[in-house]
Amino acid sequence: MSGPVIDVKGLVKRYGQRTVVDHVDLTIMQGRVCGFLGPNGSGKTTTLRMMCGLLTPDGGSGTCLGHDIIAERDAIKRQTGYMTQKFGLYEDLTIRENLEFVARVYRLDHVRSRVDAALERLGLATRQHQLTGALSGGWKQRLALAACVLHEPKLLLLDEPTAGVDPKARRAFWDEIHALAGQGITVLVSTHYMDEAERCHEIAYIAYGKLMARGTADEIIDGSGLKAFVASGPGADRLAPLLRDAVGVTAAAAFGLDLHVCGPDEAALEKAIAPFRADPALAWERTRPTLEDIFIHLMGEARDNAEAA
Amino acid sequence: MGFLLRLWAMIGKEALQLRRDRLTFAMMFGLPIMQLVLFGFAINSDPKGLPTAVLQSDNSKLTRALVAAVGNTGYFSSTQAVSTEAEADELLQRGAVQFIITIPGDFTRKLIRHETAQVAIEADGTDPATVGGALAAIGQAASQTLARELSGPLASYGTPAAPVDIVLHRRYNPEGITRFNIVPGLLGVILTMTMVMMTALAVTRERERGTMENLLAMPVRPIEVMAGKIAPYVLIGGVQVAVVLVAAKILFAVPFVGSFALFGAATLLFITVSLAIGFTFSTIAQNQLQAMQMSFFFLMPSILLSGFAFPFRGMPAWAQAIGEGLPVTHFLRIVRGLMLKGASLEQISGEIAVLAFMLILVSALAISRYRVTLD
Repeated sequence: MSGPVIDVKGLVKRYGQRTVVDHVDLTIMQGRVCGFLGPNGSGKTTTLRMMCGLLTPDGGSGTCLGHDIIAERDAIKRQTGYMTQKFGLYEDLTIRENLEFVARVYRLDHVRSRVDAALERLGLATRQHQLTGALSGGWKQRLALAACVLHEPKLLLLDEPTAGVDPKARRAFWDEIHALAGQGITVLVSTHYMDEAERCHEIAYIAYGKLMARGTADEIIDGSGLKAFVASGPGADRLAPLLRDAVGVTAAAAFGLDLHVCGPDEAALEKAIAPFRADPALAWERTRPTLEDIFIHLMGEARDNAEAA
Repeated sequence: MGFLLRLWAMIGKEALQLRRDRLTFAMMFGLPIMQLVLFGFAINSDPKGLPTAVLQSDNSKLTRALVAAVGNTGYFSSTQAVSTEAEADELLQRGAVQFIITIPGDFTRKLIRHETAQVAIEADGTDPATVGGALAAIGQAASQTLARELSGPLASYGTPAAPVDIVLHRRYNPEGITRFNIVPGLLGVILTMTMVMMTALAVTRERERGTMENLLAMPVRPIEVMAGKIAPYVLIGGVQVAVVLVAAKILFAVPFVGSFALFGAATLLFITVSLAIGFTFSTIAQNQLQAMQMSFFFLMPSILLSGFAFPFRGMPAWAQAIGEGLPVTHFLRIVRGLMLKGASLEQISGEIAVLAFMLILVSALAISRYRVTLD
């Protein structure tokens, strides 16, 4: 089967007066890795929790793995692996004890051999009797992922799984995610890292509780209508503070010695950079906006909407 | 059976975590012994208005005056007039009365014959602090009454040095040893302290450390989490009871005259009630500190108003009303009844019923408050 694994419409969650998730629609097909991006407090975690039955939506409806997200929570929980943002295993249990506990809660058969296999895959077989609290951040995350997939879920919801993890461990983590997707598992993973966003099949961007963009990285870049320039030459990077607040500029940032500027309106952007273009030492070139440009732009837009509302 | 498998997984996990928590472990076993030794040398007070059964076989002006005088001491309130000795015994054993005053049929006749008349007082000595003051007062009341009544033409009858001989009989704890009362009480207090606090902490710890979210995302039911959290502590409670009983026997030679099986069953019931209360606290508290504070709010009245620290019958009505609402009060009566009085199931059934009712009430509250979601 390759229908939608997640199919939710109009999800709303309010805390008091504040609407944390505001009519979010999301459809993810089977076997896809979908990156869930957005600034802190934008409603990513809340959305993930509503999908795996940890929170009851105040509005909207939908299905996960064909089960209703409100009425059939238990069925969803049995087939979903949810990795919490904060390390959710027991630090005062050993690595092996944690995995065995998870296996028993899911009522898996052959607990011992399954846990053995998982430890082997992780490369933690020799450390299985160490307390989990003694593991480094990177290892904890890999262990948490192993615990999530022990019951062979069809859907993985990962909440910022690589926050605070070094690049090598992050890469290993993402290789694992793609290997799982190759087995047909659908993955929804929230992240702040742009390089990780680019490793996803598709992206959903949420800001202030609203879904702002959806599609592959290229679709989002092409669909944004954002224009960008890159300036190189001596002192180009120093121009960032001067351009940042200029009319027509969404973002201006130094990347190494180069300057990267973008804005939604080409004419306005050209006008903003015109005074600096006169400098013969600087070379200005059109460039393709990056995902980061677009997210900063969308965040500003969402904020303006939120303030107007 | 999925329920049992998941429950077993929860219990196993709790037991492992408990084993590694050295300080908690030390507290659970060190505390009972420490308290036993410290409280063994105890608290006293002077309660009044104690319920008394009067078995009056002789009904004359003199005996009526005597009963009235005894009542006027303020220590006795004659709540029950009984006609047979068996009836009076039953009341005392059930704990309905603190004293039985028996005035024999030949009381007036003996006085008139210039013989020394006897009045028998049987006191429930399980809580010696309760009866001490009362017993001191009664002798004085009796001699003053007779001195007043035997005046005028009857003056010559009052001549013997001691016209009335008060025969005192302390039942269940003949020597009036305070420790015999403290030890059963301590059982209740120690169990309340550790059971309520430990479960309250065990659940809030999961929330505070962020493991609750992970647990809730897995297919465990509230009843499985609750029972799994509680079960290891039931065992620990059992061990605590054994520690206190053995220490009480060795250190203070406290007797145990009642049924062990009945005691075991009642203790199990009380432990479960305390655990359920702790679990309820944990569903309200946001973090371990709050859980600790709530436990102390519960512990304070449990120590002061249950009849452990002060004689229950010496407390004002409002304090007694609060005391009646605490499980430890009822457990205390059961344990005193069983250890010192050898009470039967029928005699403690009322207290057992109250504990069972509390268990149902608190469990229902805990389960209704426990959330499968993070809402």
